[in-house]
Amino acid sequence: MELNGKCPTGPIETRWERHRFNLKLVNPANKRKYTIIVVGTGLAGGAAAASLAELGYKVKCFCYQDSPRRAHSIAAQGGINAAKNYHNDGDSIYRLFYDTVKGGDFRARESNVYRLAQISVNIIDQCVAQGVPFAREYSGYLDNRSFGGAQVSRTFYARGQTGQQLLLGAYQALERQIGAGQVEMRDRCEMLDLIVIDGRARGIVTRDLRTGKIESHLGDAVALGTGGYGNVFYLSTNAKGCNTTAIWRAHKRGALFGNPCFTQIHPTCIPVSGEYQSKLTLMSESLRNDGRVWVPSKAGDKRDPSQIPEAERDYFLERKYPSFGNLVPRDVASRNAKNVCDEGRGVGETGLAVFLDFRDAIQRLGASVIRERYGNLFDMYERITGEDPYNTPMRIYPAIHYTMGGLWVDYNLMSTIPGLYVIGEANFSDHGANRLGASALMQGLADGYFVLPNTIGDYLAGTKFDKVDTSHAAVKEAEARVCAVTKRLLETKGTRSVDHYHRELGKLMWEYCGMARTAEGLKHALGRIPEMREEYWRDVRVLGNGDELNQSLEKAGRVADFFELAELMCLDALERNESCGGHFREEYQTPEGEAARDDESYSYVSAWEFKGVGNAPVLHKEPLTFEYVHPAQRSYK
Amino acid sequence: MRLTLHIWRQQNASAPGKMVRYEVPDVNEHMSFLEMLDVLNEALIAKGEEPVAFDHDCREGICGMCGCMVNGVAHGPLPGTTLCQLHMRHFKDGDELYLEPWRAKAFPVLKDLVVDRTAFDRIIAAGGYISVSTGSAPDGNAILVPKEAADRSMDAAACIGCGACVAMCPNAAAALFTGAKMAHLGLLPQGQPERLQRAEAMVAQATAEGFGYCTNIGECEAVCPKEIKLEVIARMNRDFLAASWSGR
Repeated sequence: MELNGKCPTGPIETRWERHRFNLKLVNPANKRKYTIIVVGTGLAGGAAAASLAELGYKVKCFCYQDSPRRAHSIAAQGGINAAKNYHNDGDSIYRLFYDTVKGGDFRARESNVYRLAQISVNIIDQCVAQGVPFAREYSGYLDNRSFGGAQVSRTFYARGQTGQQLLLGAYQALERQIGAGQVEMRDRCEMLDLIVIDGRARGIVTRDLRTGKIESHLGDAVALGTGGYGNVFYLSTNAKGCNTTAIWRAHKRGALFGNPCFTQIHPTCIPVSGEYQSKLTLMSESLRNDGRVWVPSKAGDKRDPSQIPEAERDYFLERKYPSFGNLVPRDVASRNAKNVCDEGRGVGETGLAVFLDFRDAIQRLGASVIRERYGNLFDMYERITGEDPYNTPMRIYPAIHYTMGGLWVDYNLMSTIPGLYVIGEANFSDHGANRLGASALMQGLADGYFVLPNTIGDYLAGTKFDKVDTSHAAVKEAEARVCAVTKRLLETKGTRSVDHYHRELGKLMWEYCGMARTAEGLKHALGRIPEMREEYWRDVRVLGNGDELNQSLEKAGRVADFFELAELMCLDALERNESCGGHFREEYQTPEGEAARDDESYSYVSAWEFKGVGNAPVLHKEPLTFEYVHPAQRSYK
Repeated sequence: MRLTLHIWRQQNASAPGKMVRYEVPDVNEHMSFLEMLDVLNEALIAKGEEPVAFDHDCREGICGMCGCMVNGVAHGPLPGTTLCQLHMRHFKDGDELYLEPWRAKAFPVLKDLVVDRTAFDRIIAAGGYISVSTGSAPDGNAILVPKEAADRSMDAAACIGCGACVAMCPNAAAALFTGAKMAHLGLLPQGQPERLQRAEAMVAQATAEGFGYCTNIGECEAVCPKEIKLEVIARMNRDFLAASWSGR
């Protein structure tokens, strides 16, 4: 299969503008004749559904939650980047582009990233107009703060709830279109298969989570904004319901999966406290501005931190990275925390944590300054752990946070199935092997508000659609597949719960396909996953019926897909014999222990083609070329 | 610690429900309330009984999906806290807890502790937005917003739409929810052109959904996990009155 990214060529500054001009348009009066199916209502899906409806298309929109306002974009804390240069500190579209390509460790497309940086400024304008209450200066102008991986202040924020406020903006725009009758909204309705007719995406099969009813919905194009797949690790910062089902089932219908092994670990999360742990909570990265990270110098030192004298503490980030210290990027901070815990120097009951200590900052600045800066985070920490971080150091540990991989898309955000678009975290584009802070919100909204509404018209205008209805054989087949899976899960009547198996899979993935990976470990995981999957299908216990609200059944289908995706992630990680960004292969590191890329051999996007469960998928490669930002080794010493 | 739970079990929207007693023998103080329910559910599944259905998603207090009455208080005993952020260290060995779904005509029970809150979405669809289509916005700094207005707007915008305010209100009024959205938008310059129309449309929709009227009891403010202030209801009433008198 020839992978054509359809990236424009020529001067990068005008690529998007020239490309847009070359796209075919749909006459305003004709737009209402097209139906577009949008799955997911986060920043990407919600923004797309609202914007497409405003243009006049008929939109059918779906989410698994009870309201489109609850998508997990809502949990983003820090902020959203935009190259406004409001602070006259040397920011520009080019600099945001440069930082993002470099931060992604040179594994993203230059054309996509440049467009993202250009659109970033329009996003802020749009959100302000919608009434997003961004932080302001006393003059009434927009305030900014700085964030990891950048030397300029370009992050716009709404307290620690930026994701919530941006999502409410998109949600309210969507509700306006629902009220106007332009969007038919289906909440508590989960996509379980993609309908492909004559090689084109024409609809989806869903299960109504209230009634269990399996239904087919047809349209002229389908857009998936269904988020990332971090929950393959069971414990992550994702919401409990986040899943891979929509993109995985589209993958099984023919959409290639891009860079599945590129996952991001966030260094500052509240550690696991016991087997019952159901999810992990992120503490904003900004804490590393004033907190010092340390562990005892001696392995097995279980004294209270206040009893450990200065000389017996190892401030390992400051020791190893004197110039960046506690502010090294996410991937570096995470790996070092894991290493000291592997040496037996981890703290807390489980030994899987390091201290983040504010003692020195409180002595230097006073508790009131620290309270002003981080009060709400300290409160949240105390609420969850019962410990007061003003008096005892926080315990933190890395956790899975974001997945850079996703369905492969071209510059128009169309997958390898014509008519199937993939937006936001669900696609693989823009962030390469590592995402910078405050860039996920930017990409979701760029795709939803500004890219997809422009590119989808080209496909619709250039395609002749045959009339199809739900009696079509392809529809019946897709429905039959969905019903078969549901029936099988309910009839297995095994001995162990869905969560039991999900937890087992998560542990395996975290151990062998998490922060540090080796060929040996990945091969072990690749041996275990098919066995575990087989056991799952033989032994899972799903109680209740299929024709009513059944949360175990919902989970069971999602976990079944995680078992298949997990294998592809390990395979991709094994195939990529280099370290880059969030993908760290222990065999490939510099003498100082940093990620060693191999640009000669691996400067490409891995795009995997599904060949059946248990069969080896086929790898396609989209070569990456860098005309503007030239690959270099990242160093934080 | 050991807990005794009495949980409302209801098979579906039309079936009658009842309180069922469960013992949870090994609750760890570090568990969240929802993790305690997970443990109960795992034990039920092991015994072949259907687990208790309850809504939840982000489990970090922001999505607004979780919530139930714990001993008659929405989201339980800790102020300013959603059920998912409530940890078991706030309970003690031997405690007996009664868990019920939100009770309101406009929030029909779907199953066990799960209710249908789509009425909230319809209130927003009636007018809880600023009508600006994608692409038509001026530069962000062309609209100046005084810091105090932005801060107060943000206080109201923090609402997570969980429904605790309705569940706790003896009138099952949606005034805190509706007022919060009107304050969020109405405190900003961008929200002025549609302010009165918004008040009329949202209040009318809330009434049509079967929510009650506000009689200034204040239970909503007391249980709001985001500590939205009662003053948003005063603002709503003022906007609604102004809309009525404007002869629209």
